[in-house]
Amino acid sequence: MKTSSKPSVAVIKFASCDGCQLQFLNAEDELLALAQLVDLAYFPEARSREVRGPYDVTFVEGSVSTPDDARRIVGVRAATRWLVSIGACATSGGIQALRNWANIEDYKRIVYPSPEFISTLSTSTPIAEHVRVDFELWGCPIDKDQLLTVVRSLISGAAPVLPGHALCLECKRRGLTCVSVAAAQPCLGPITRTGCGAVCPSVGRGCYGCFGPVDDPNMNAFAELLERQGLSRDECVRRLRLMNGYLRPMRDTSDAIENRPVTKH
Amino acid sequence: MPSKTARLRNISVRGLTRVEGEGALYLTMEGGKVVDLRFEIYEPPRFFEAFLRGRHASEAPDITARICGICPVAYQMSAVHSIERAFRVAVDPAIRALRRLFYCGEWIESHALHIHMLAAPDFHDCESVVTLAEKEPEAVQRGLRIKKAGNAVIAALGGRAVHPVGACLGGFWSVPARRQLAPLREMLVRAYDDAAACVRWVAGFDLPDQHGDIEFVSLRQPGEYPMSDGRVVSSKGIDASQDQFDDCFEEHQVPYSNALHAKVKGRGPYFVGPLARVNLNFDLLGPEVTAAARATGIPWPNTNPYTGIVARALEVMYAIGESIRIIDAYEPPAAPAVPYVARAGVGRAATEAPRGILFHAYELDDQGVIHSARIVPPTSQNQAQIEADLRDLAPALLTRKPADATRLCEMAIRNYDPCISCATHFLRLRIDSR
Repeated sequence: MKTSSKPSVAVIKFASCDGCQLQFLNAEDELLALAQLVDLAYFPEARSREVRGPYDVTFVEGSVSTPDDARRIVGVRAATRWLVSIGACATSGGIQALRNWANIEDYKRIVYPSPEFISTLSTSTPIAEHVRVDFELWGCPIDKDQLLTVVRSLISGAAPVLPGHALCLECKRRGLTCVSVAAAQPCLGPITRTGCGAVCPSVGRGCYGCFGPVDDPNMNAFAELLERQGLSRDECVRRLRLMNGYLRPMRDTSDAIENRPVTKH
Repeated sequence: MPSKTARLRNISVRGLTRVEGEGALYLTMEGGKVVDLRFEIYEPPRFFEAFLRGRHASEAPDITARICGICPVAYQMSAVHSIERAFRVAVDPAIRALRRLFYCGEWIESHALHIHMLAAPDFHDCESVVTLAEKEPEAVQRGLRIKKAGNAVIAALGGRAVHPVGACLGGFWSVPARRQLAPLREMLVRAYDDAAACVRWVAGFDLPDQHGDIEFVSLRQPGEYPMSDGRVVSSKGIDASQDQFDDCFEEHQVPYSNALHAKVKGRGPYFVGPLARVNLNFDLLGPEVTAAARATGIPWPNTNPYTGIVARALEVMYAIGESIRIIDAYEPPAAPAVPYVARAGVGRAATEAPRGILFHAYELDDQGVIHSARIVPPTSQNQAQIEADLRDLAPALLTRKPADATRLCEMAIRNYDPCISCATHFLRLRIDSR
């Protein structure tokens, strides 16, 4: 129930590393001001007080990977006006979606001496596969400034707008030398959504795709580029299957590469 | 509410707050004795050790970082150290120093977060840092400044504070020039005074006086406060190389938790983290931090887990001072990273994450492909010790009101700054007494 005239905000966690909700607390300069603008009604990592829903905005971190969580997300959706999924786990299934290509019973046996105690689903899936999501904030982790932009938009009743272009444009803006062209580094920049500020190219390494694919990535051309750079089939598949590997473009392309017949010379 | 006729008492804390991750506590007492105590971790399992199989060693730092958004540097450092040991790579002193600086940044931000945002509200009857900021605005602002400085150190070497991208096997993708570290140094100098004030502030908290027969475990080596090197030592006589980690400790599974418990072989629970490090390495804190520690009036070493918050503040002060020393002595290495050649074998390493020893072990082939991975995070090592502390606390809970009992249990757990995202491989409180 609302206790004030301020918009109520909830931050809820599923399977994740906590790094995205940490970005709220990493907004050192804005945190206390933010707490004046909104009522952080439910944020267990940061406060003990728990105001019951419904909420105006619910930020969901993490993926759905257990039977309990598959049920819980339905309740979360019902108790909020806006649902924003934050981070690669919530928007793509996360790094733990690598289980989706494996046998979960084998995985349980590898990690746990008594696998029978462990309740889990065979897949890790994004929030949007389970309930309607109003807005997705990408990144592993999400960018603090993008998070604040989304909060500001929502509390002023505007739909958030974030740039959707590829990372390559960011490198041009920052005047960074292209690591793919100049250093033959495999780089996911051409197919990856901007948002991180081109952090990997800025330290001289290829982008590993933590902000997920752009809306319409040219995956075929990209797969050819990786091949031209001399990556083996396994290397290509590994590059595509990281924290956003279960999203369609990455999944379909990595599956296609994996199942490609080996060309005989 | 306990009445004279009710002999059974349940305490249950469903959904612990102000911890990183999800857990609960169930405690049942009969006639003043604990009959059942379960510190549950219901954070969903994510199976890192399983999907690391078949990945390349060079990916381990970035993949394992995703276990924890609060201490990604620790995962990156344990990963590079263990794999470099398998590949027999020796990094040069300048890279070693930069890694230590990188690690200092994480200690600073992680400890500052815990002290100000997760633990301090308990001692001021506040439910969050937001309400604490109304009561103690100066202390909270100071804490935010310290935390920001820590994040800035990580970002200077890793490009960003959460899941930094700068570290790799052999060193870094690129290293800063000397002059690039100047603004960081200024920030750290200011944060040092803040950290000294923070030590005084937390030492003034009304810390419960509860002592246990605790075995403290940390790394230790001559001449340097432990972060990434040293032998594994304990307050009860363990003195082993990092390779012998598994000879000293064992993990086992309990049916009610998604995290494995750890014990000293043949003994019992043990304690890792800031208090263990301060207790076992007090002589290595340097004159200024030692003086600050003495001025708190708390005896060091000591066996009261509640002094953990003071140990954490002392480490913040140490890590800021150490960062300044590293920056002052910094000469860029000949190359940002030393080259490596993959070799088949096993690599093991322990480093000191903010919350305590983080052990990694990898089996690798000569192509650098990971055949098996084992990760032992600090919070799962502390789990059995947390339960032991709660058992000690239990008799005192019987006379308390439920809300008060819950708060005391949560505080006992927060002493360890448990990171439950790490441990899955946290409190709903119910006390039952019969």
